[in-house]
Amino acid sequence: MTDIKSQNSYIYGLLKGLPIALGYLSVSFGFGISALGQGIWGLGTILISLTNLTSAGQVAGVAIIAAGGTFLEMALTQLVINIRYCLMGLALTQKLDKSFTTIHRMITSFGITDEVFAVAAAERGMIGRRFMYGLITLPYFGWALGTTLGVYAGQILPQNLCAALGIAIYSMFVAIIVPPSRDDKGTLLAVLISSGISCAFYFIPLFAGISQGFSVIICAVVAAGIMAFVAPKDLET
Amino acid sequence: MTRQFFAYLLVMALVTYGIRMIPFTLMRSKIKSKYIKSFLYYVPYSVLGAMTFPYIFYSTGNVFTAALGTAVAFVLAFFRCSLIVVAICASMAAYLAGLI
Repeated sequence: MTDIKSQNSYIYGLLKGLPIALGYLSVSFGFGISALGQGIWGLGTILISLTNLTSAGQVAGVAIIAAGGTFLEMALTQLVINIRYCLMGLALTQKLDKSFTTIHRMITSFGITDEVFAVAAAERGMIGRRFMYGLITLPYFGWALGTTLGVYAGQILPQNLCAALGIAIYSMFVAIIVPPSRDDKGTLLAVLISSGISCAFYFIPLFAGISQGFSVIICAVVAAGIMAFVAPKDLET
Repeated sequence: MTRQFFAYLLVMALVTYGIRMIPFTLMRSKIKSKYIKSFLYYVPYSVLGAMTFPYIFYSTGNVFTAALGTAVAFVLAFFRCSLIVVAICASMAAYLAGLI
């Protein structure tokens, strides 16, 4: 405990990453099954997970590979779906302590996912590089392991168990957003606005052309933009 | 076929990594604006809200089992159970509801 304002324990990071990794197991399991079903070779599917580490981006990418799309289409799709990581990365830079030199930023940035970001951002005070390495370790291997299991063992697990595991990652999101929404009206409103717009995009036929990745960007920017104006935060980080 | 696949893989991986690495590595200053700081504070919760709804209700392939799992997740999260407890209990609730 040299600096109480900075969280820099690898083990603490590992523990925080464990539930994310378990959530990823089921999601990437489904990804493995689905990619194989679309004719992507098994080892290639695992390589995609090892090099991309992004659920929505990989699902869209596999669809483009399967359809024989252009490289430009692939690049643009990944850009639009994953641009949220740019926002998240920017937000996280405000919490990094001095242990984050350029090389460590370049390495750990690879592990920024929605869930890793949410957990890291929810940490009180500054975060150190050891914490970040710990946090991304298990989710990375969980994502790869789940994909591998999905590719090679998808047919073995009972179908209804696979289906039920589909809710794991979403219930984890719920567990992240509910406690702060309970404590803070601004956060609650931000969640309600963004969820409301997301549902509107999903259910109103006029918006059917908006992909999920793009929808997330619009919802987040609008909700956070409104709430930052209506209920600005005095943040000391 | 394999060559083609690796070309796709390279494009996917490079674009995704670039989006993550560039802002995270280059942004070194403290943001002063109270508005931007507040905006960034609200982004994660907004992102997760938009990723969860309405998709959570279709996550098990059955709206009934998913709704039950969602309800369990909400109650446990409200009482501040850890992420892993919420995830496992919600999945179990959805699985058990599917057996009925």
